[in-house]
Amino acid sequence: MTLRQIGVPLAALILFGLFWEWLVWVNGWPNYKMASPSDIWPAFWKFRGLFLEYGWDTLWRTVVGLLLSVVFGVFLGMIMGLSRTMRDALYPLLVGFNAIPKATVVPIIALMFVGQHDMNTILIAFLISFFPIAVSVSIGLSTLEPEYRDILASLGASKFTIFWKIALPKTLPEFFGALKVAVTLAFIGTNLMEIVEPHGRGLGHLFDSGKISADYPLMFAVLIALALMGIVLYYVVVALEKVFAGWAERNPT
Amino acid sequence: MSNLIDIKGVRHAYKTPSGPLPVLDGLELSVPEGGFAAVVGPSGCGKSTLTRLIAGLMKPDAGEVWLHGELVKGPKSTVGMAFQNPVLLEWRTILQNVMLPLEIVDTGMSRKARDDRARHLLNLVGLAGFEDKRPSELSGGMRQRASLCRAIVHKPEVLILDEPFGALDAFTREDLWQTMHKVKAEEPFTGVLITHDLRESIFLADQVIVLSGRPAKTQYVMDVHLTGERDIEMLYTPESADALNTLRQQIRIAQGREAA
Repeated sequence: MTLRQIGVPLAALILFGLFWEWLVWVNGWPNYKMASPSDIWPAFWKFRGLFLEYGWDTLWRTVVGLLLSVVFGVFLGMIMGLSRTMRDALYPLLVGFNAIPKATVVPIIALMFVGQHDMNTILIAFLISFFPIAVSVSIGLSTLEPEYRDILASLGASKFTIFWKIALPKTLPEFFGALKVAVTLAFIGTNLMEIVEPHGRGLGHLFDSGKISADYPLMFAVLIALALMGIVLYYVVVALEKVFAGWAERNPT
Repeated sequence: MSNLIDIKGVRHAYKTPSGPLPVLDGLELSVPEGGFAAVVGPSGCGKSTLTRLIAGLMKPDAGEVWLHGELVKGPKSTVGMAFQNPVLLEWRTILQNVMLPLEIVDTGMSRKARDDRARHLLNLVGLAGFEDKRPSELSGGMRQRASLCRAIVHKPEVLILDEPFGALDAFTREDLWQTMHKVKAEEPFTGVLITHDLRESIFLADQVIVLSGRPAKTQYVMDVHLTGERDIEMLYTPESADALNTLRQQIRIAQGREAA
């Protein structure tokens, strides 16, 4: 990590904050229209205990939902990537399912599993985020050039060996690309459940309380907290990608 | 039976939505042990299908493919393949790529022996010093050299080359022809080379087979008796010119542009 890698984004962040503050000040916006960074910090401090507690709720639910969608998405992607028939059969179903706005699914899930808030929240995070993973894995597997298969198949290698040694690693860059999309989607899913069906847990609930008690800086503070968590999770995925699919990154020449 | 590869009356058709598409019909090919046959023919005449049949990746509709006196029924580890696309695995180093077949075929070699063999081959094709590089760091010609090493690392009896030099520029290609001769001298194999390049076919092979247009049958077989050291000069002797002319004429017949 060089100074440049940390300094440039940090400077951009500070500049953005200053610009925001200036914009609110110059227009004389009240904090219910647009809170400024100087309003938000006190809100964080005032509710620091709740931010930690509810932030943890939101974080672990999101991560568990994401892990589920990785397992299920890869499994589905494998099925569709390796069998043409399954691809033809499942694609329309999958696209249709993905097209359903998840906000409409929230009350249905909440009714199905009344009171099981953790499970409901994880379920929505999972439902909203597995699609890109399944699609990218299936495309990665189905577009494998036949020669790749032939170099091992001609030696009598089993289908599993070919999958393990060639198809799977070759799909990793696509998988991580999709995982980056899925991370943010999973956050949306978690908060959707927490806000639409409030149950006293998670940052979504904190947001909702801010709305009810007309504490506008608190609402903005929740948004910032979500953004920060999103950034952290995103870069965790980037770090994993570097470890497992770093080879796909071209060295600058 | 003294031939290592014997293909007898092979017929094959692909299933397409508009009915079967015959690609091979009456294909005959015999290559003695240590021989090197080049297969030329018009585009789309089923040359790649032929390689898949020899490798046991496909079964012909009719006819027989024999390798070393055994009827080919499925893939055998005694075959090595290289394609126009070098298909190196980007996440492995060059050395690890070359050693890939040794992870599949049980050669009874120790880890050290496998490593030594891969390094020896890389050295032979002029890639010494590139063992730990990634494929993306190599030029097209170098990748093709690595692909060639991978195809022979497990000492296959038969080496199948499907237009391996087709995507390279003319100078790199001529370099690789020389490398092929060097490899063949040190690592004896029986080869089948699919190519579009007639000069390549007489430079590398001792037998050139011209396939007819689709469905392909063996139309013409030429034994190449080019004498002396095989260097590029050899392609500009009168006897080479004669051979090339004959082959060119056969290709025109195969394309249907000239009567037999």
